[in-house]
Parts: sequence; structure tokens; C-alpha cells
Amino acid sequence: MRRLLLALALVAAPVLADSDLPPAPLANTQLPDAKQEAEAKALMVTIRCLVCQGQSIADSDAELAGDMRAMVRERIAAGEKPEAIRAWLVQRYGSWVSYEPPFDRVTWALWVAPILFLVVGALIARTSFRRRRV
Amino acid sequence: MTGATKWAPLVLFILLGSALTYGLAKPESNTIKSKMVGVSVPSFTLPAAVPGVPGLSSSDLATGRPHLVNVFGSWCLPCMAEAPQLKQIADAGVPVVGIAVRDKPEALQRFLSRYGNPFGAIGADDASQVMMAMGSSGVPESFVVDGQGRILQQQIGPVNPEDVAGIVAAVKAAR
Repeated sequence: MRRLLLALALVAAPVLADSDLPPAPLANTQLPDAKQEAEAKALMVTIRCLVCQGQSIADSDAELAGDMRAMVRERIAAGEKPEAIRAWLVQRYGSWVSYEPPFDRVTWALWVAPILFLVVGALIARTSFRRRRV
Repeated sequence: MTGATKWAPLVLFILLGSALTYGLAKPESNTIKSKMVGVSVPSFTLPAAVPGVPGLSSSDLATGRPHLVNVFGSWCLPCMAEAPQLKQIADAGVPVVGIAVRDKPEALQRFLSRYGNPFGAIGADDASQVMMAMGSSGVPESFVVDGQGRILQQQIGPVNPEDVAGIVAAVKAAR
């Protein structure tokens, strides 16, 4: 009996974690205009889901991700630019919500390091080649 | 090669290794703080979520009186757990208003009759749009809003008994 209750609780808990409202109309429906849908999709794959934090809102099945997709599609359909929607989300949740890292005080090292490594590598290669010729 | 340059790569390797190990071992935080703290509540108008309790709009939050705005849902377990604390806060004279996320009127009505209704107004946020506009990423969350509608403080997760005094003080101190 206890085992059965435990098993039931395991099934019931995730059910209770979601609301019983159906997904928003535009959460899982493409926009009629193919060009707008492509814009929305391109944005959705670069926005992080706030619930399943390793997934984009295009991939995530979380309810909030559905509501975020609906929001993106509604705004694109209303003529808003994708980058304005990204900026709106970043303003609320920080640049963490975007999968396209900006160049700023925190992230500059990530962008500069590869160039720096290339330059250092070229210098090392030059000196070692020169030594061999002697 | 001199001694210093000989050992430099090893020292660098150990430094990098320890930095990476530290980063891996540190527990990851997955709470998302709203960047809207310190900013005015975004403009919104939500219809009433249940008959008999008025809906909520951003202009209701800029009437000169500070509020506690609770983002919740009748389907959310921690929201049931925090209900007694919200009642205490309301009893202490703090105006508490609610944003009901993805809720059905019947379910919300049952929730209120079962756990009590501390809310002076409840807006229905059926597609989480106002929740997102507030920079909130889940239920329950609570925001202390001053009399001009500026967000002063965000509580992520349920209001626990030990949080009550702090929240009441924060709302009373706001103007």
C-alpha cells in the first residue's frame, strides 16, 4: 500500500507542477507568414528557457517556454524587430537569457582570447622556425 | 632555459586546473533575479481572475500606497504553502494584490475558499505575459512595490514564516 502511494505521488507531483490551462494559441502554431515565422524561429532558438535552463524556448516543453514562444510570435506578427524582443527580455532577465553573448565588461575575454592565442601561436611558430634554419 | 620559464607552463596549468575545478565544484544557482528591481512596474491591465475580486492594473500600484504583489497560481504547491504567511502580511495592514498565472476561475475560487483570500485585487495573467514583463520566472514570487509603482524588492519562491517580518517592514518603510 505504501509503495503504491509512493508510486502515485511520483506520478502526481509533476502533474501538479503545471497549470491546467491549454497552451497559448501561438505557442505551438506557426505564423501564417513564412518570412515572419522564420524570423521568430531564428530568435526562439537563441532565447534560453527560464525553466529548463539548458534548452532554448524553441526546444523546451515547459509551459513558460510555450508562453515565451507565443509572446515572440505575437510581437513578430505585430511588426516588432527580433532584436528589440531580445533586448526586452535581456532588460528583464539579464543577458543570461540570450544564447548570443554580447561583447561587454564580463564577456570581452571570451571574444578576445582566441585572437590573442592566434597571435601568440604565430609568434611561437615564427621563433621556432627561425631557430631551425640556423 | 632559465628556471622561471621552465616551470611557468606547469604553474599556469595548475592555476588553470584549480580555477576550473573550483568552478565545477561550486554549486550552480538557478534562481533568476529580476532586473526590474529598482524600476517602475511595466504598464499592464489584467482582467479580474475571479468574480467578486477586482482585476489588477499597473495604475493600481501607483496610487501612493506601497503594495506586495504576489505572482501565484492555484495549481502551484508552494503557493498553497505560503498562503498563511500572505494572510499574516495582509492582517498586518499591508495591501496584498495577486497576479494569477495561467489559472481557471473555478480552480482559483476553490483555492481562495480553501486557503483564504488575502488579496485586494487579482489579475488573470493567462499567458504569463505580465509575469514576464515583471522579470519573474516562476510561481510563487512576490514583489514589494512602493507608492509610485517602483519595484523595491523581489522574493523568489514562497514567503516562509521567517520572511514575514522583513516583508512587512519593507512595505511599511516604502512610500
